[in-house]
Amino acid sequence: MRVNFTVNGRQQEADDVWEGESLLYVLRERLGLPGSKNACEQGECGSCTVRLDGVPVCSCLVAAGQVEGRDVVTVEGLADFAKQRAEHGHGGACAAGGGCGTKGVSTDEAKRWSARPGDSRTGEGVELSNIQQAFIDAGAVQCGFCTPGLLVQADELLERNADPSDQDIREALSGNLCRCTGYEKILDAVRLAAARQGEAL
Amino acid sequence: MDFLRPASWEEALAAKAEYPTAVPIAGGTDIMVEINFDHRRPEYLLDLNRIELLREWEVGEEVTELGASVPYTQIMENLRGTLPGLALASHTVASPQIRNRGGVGGNLGCASPAGDSHPALLAAGCSVEVESVRGSRLVPIDEFYTGVKRNALAADELIKSVHIKNATGPQQYSKVGTRNAMVIAVCGFGLALHPDTRTVRTGIASAAPTPIRAKAAEEFLNAALEEGGFWENGKVITPSIAKQFAALASAACNPIDDVRGTAKYRRHAVGILARRQLVWTWEQYRGTTGRPLEGAA
Repeated sequence: MRVNFTVNGRQQEADDVWEGESLLYVLRERLGLPGSKNACEQGECGSCTVRLDGVPVCSCLVAAGQVEGRDVVTVEGLADFAKQRAEHGHGGACAAGGGCGTKGVSTDEAKRWSARPGDSRTGEGVELSNIQQAFIDAGAVQCGFCTPGLLVQADELLERNADPSDQDIREALSGNLCRCTGYEKILDAVRLAAARQGEAL
Repeated sequence: MDFLRPASWEEALAAKAEYPTAVPIAGGTDIMVEINFDHRRPEYLLDLNRIELLREWEVGEEVTELGASVPYTQIMENLRGTLPGLALASHTVASPQIRNRGGVGGNLGCASPAGDSHPALLAAGCSVEVESVRGSRLVPIDEFYTGVKRNALAADELIKSVHIKNATGPQQYSKVGTRNAMVIAVCGFGLALHPDTRTVRTGIASAAPTPIRAKAAEEFLNAALEEGGFWENGKVITPSIAKQFAALASAACNPIDDVRGTAKYRRHAVGILARRQLVWTWEQYRGTTGRPLEGAA
């Protein structure tokens, strides 16, 4: 079957999609967006977290056919999504048709996205969202496999709750597993992002 | 595999009548796992995401009608006052990402004995509205679970909503697991006080082939509360009543040994949860009826 939906602000069309396929598979294997990670395939680890119509979900548990006509933001579009939110007061819902006059991130752009040629450790020279920069600065990235899911999930927490308590952070990230067990630094990163977000206001 | 995408409830019912083997998918948090792991290859998937009415709820004077696909997150955020037990249970479901997708309809449709919402639904008292092209019917929750992962649905029926009695008194819910998130219940227990009818109701998950009520425990407690005039005088529940209630709740269980826990542990834990929840809800009841909390600690 064919599935039409918006990814990171751009209209996309996926063809020859198998009916039992997950959104995660479509993103990674058909649209070439491997940012969302395929780890557990059972909603247990949160590595595949994306925003579906603004709501964080495990993309491995969304059937491809269910996203027809809907709006998806992946980690590749997170920086742009956060930028739009800062400029327009909301995230990517202005996606389809570019209601807010922004262009979104094309899959080609997203595919090319990389922390290089800037310094990949500090992210210097690369435009990152607040939460992405905070993960780098706090040393919250180890093997990096859980990072995309955590970024999307933590970004949504800070969108809802500008001043989260440790309890709020722990609960918001309770569906994201880090097998390097780097949780302390991850918590630091979210606190750092919250503090910077507060300063910016 | 075929993917059916009805745009309305009527279309969904027609599709289910035409393809009775079609597997409904809403949040997908159960069925997609089975498909991803190749445990199941349904001939038809029936997507319910486009049906708005399944995501709506209406709080009536005595009953709340909760659409089958209302995500747990919405229940937690919007229905804590009217359905406190279910809101607490919703909060124990998996993780935020899962709670954003899953709803009560999926728990009922799968009818797993471990489903988190079952004890809350049993304790609150509710009926499940199921519909087919032949018409709709209300199935009392006590008749809904018919076996391990079996329910009262006919092949052409879909779950539309749950009609849940609004709380008239305190309700509690707890679940035993190895951590707070992403846990299938080792066992779960829910308790609701119904001061309007001067009754208590219970629900047990993951400690019998189906979700069950601890009926003997309820009957004992109803009689003890009535006899002692507890509902009027708001006295502290005596330790002997709490102990007997707990013992009867344990006795209601018919658990198995499995990877998550032993039958013995489950029976024991259900008793503990029952006793604690009786004390918590009763102290709350006494507090809200304006009487001082004497010796509540």
